[in-house]
Amino acid sequence: MDAIKLIEVKEDILADNDAAARDLRKKLKVQKTLMINLMASPGAGKTSLLLQTTAALKKDYRMAVIEADIDSTVDAEKIAKTGIESIQLRTGGFCHLDVAMVTKGLEAIDTPSMDLIFIENVGNLVCPAEFDTGAEKDIMILSVPEGDDKPLKYPLMFSKCHALLVNKTDLIPFTDFNMALLHERVKKLNPGIRIFEVSCKTGEGIEAWTDWMKQVIDDFVKN
Amino acid sequence: MHELAVTEKILDIAIKHAKMNRVNKIRSITLKIGEMSDIENQWIQHYFDYLSKNTVAEGAVLKIEKTPIVLRCNQCRREIEIAKDKLGDTACPDCSSQKDFSIVSGREYFIKEMEAE
Repeated sequence: MDAIKLIEVKEDILADNDAAARDLRKKLKVQKTLMINLMASPGAGKTSLLLQTTAALKKDYRMAVIEADIDSTVDAEKIAKTGIESIQLRTGGFCHLDVAMVTKGLEAIDTPSMDLIFIENVGNLVCPAEFDTGAEKDIMILSVPEGDDKPLKYPLMFSKCHALLVNKTDLIPFTDFNMALLHERVKKLNPGIRIFEVSCKTGEGIEAWTDWMKQVIDDFVKN
Repeated sequence: MHELAVTEKILDIAIKHAKMNRVNKIRSITLKIGEMSDIENQWIQHYFDYLSKNTVAEGAVLKIEKTPIVLRCNQCRREIEIAKDKLGDTACPDCSSQKDFSIVSGREYFIKEMEAE
């Protein structure tokens, strides 16, 4: 039997994706297209938030939405009905998006002409947190019925996002959700995060969020 | 849950290094994976066994070394190691700052070395 040889590999498993993500971010910056990666668990209100957000911003900005789903097109159809360009990516069982998949979506739309592109990531609080999509900002939604303990269970997701939307605030009276405790738990993981309390159902709090989005777009274009 | 995507990359990198080092069989691959990731060791090995059939890596054992979560206090620069389930509940033992930490390690996905013949 041959002698066993120890080979030093020292290679980052996600290095290819991370490098591709940096390249994509640079390219979008030159084109002045702001790409936002929206993450949440299934049913938290990703599509509802996008419908509210694009309605508020479509007067001033050219937008497109890339929808990722394991195997359906219902979300893209809902967005397309409002006149916003939307592309459905079927991930075919994959639980997250990576740069290669996002690039495919971007190729299907006239990316350089867009001010703002939203990626609706696969509904999942675990896997999408690990894979850089090339987006400029990572945003997540937590809905009230999911509970205020989610930062304890999915710390990576909460620690990497630039903003958190707490959706379905209209349901607070029917739950034991503790908003102050949620803020405290999230801020401990991520002191710089912006938190917006919204209800996509009643529209409450949406304006503060879309005002912030406008500010983010303006800063992105200027700097 | 994203073990499949990660496993494909591990296999690609292992085969590349096997070629570079002109070896015929990979015995084991040592991974360093951050404690913060939700990777399940057992599933990585299952996927790897499936994907590596008929390659130089067929039958290789994946050894996983977990790297601890280390945070740095942005107030006093003290570094502290912390368990994953204590992440939301951190206070700096030196300056008792509670809210201002950066992640130093705990998120890595790294192939350290492999044994081959």
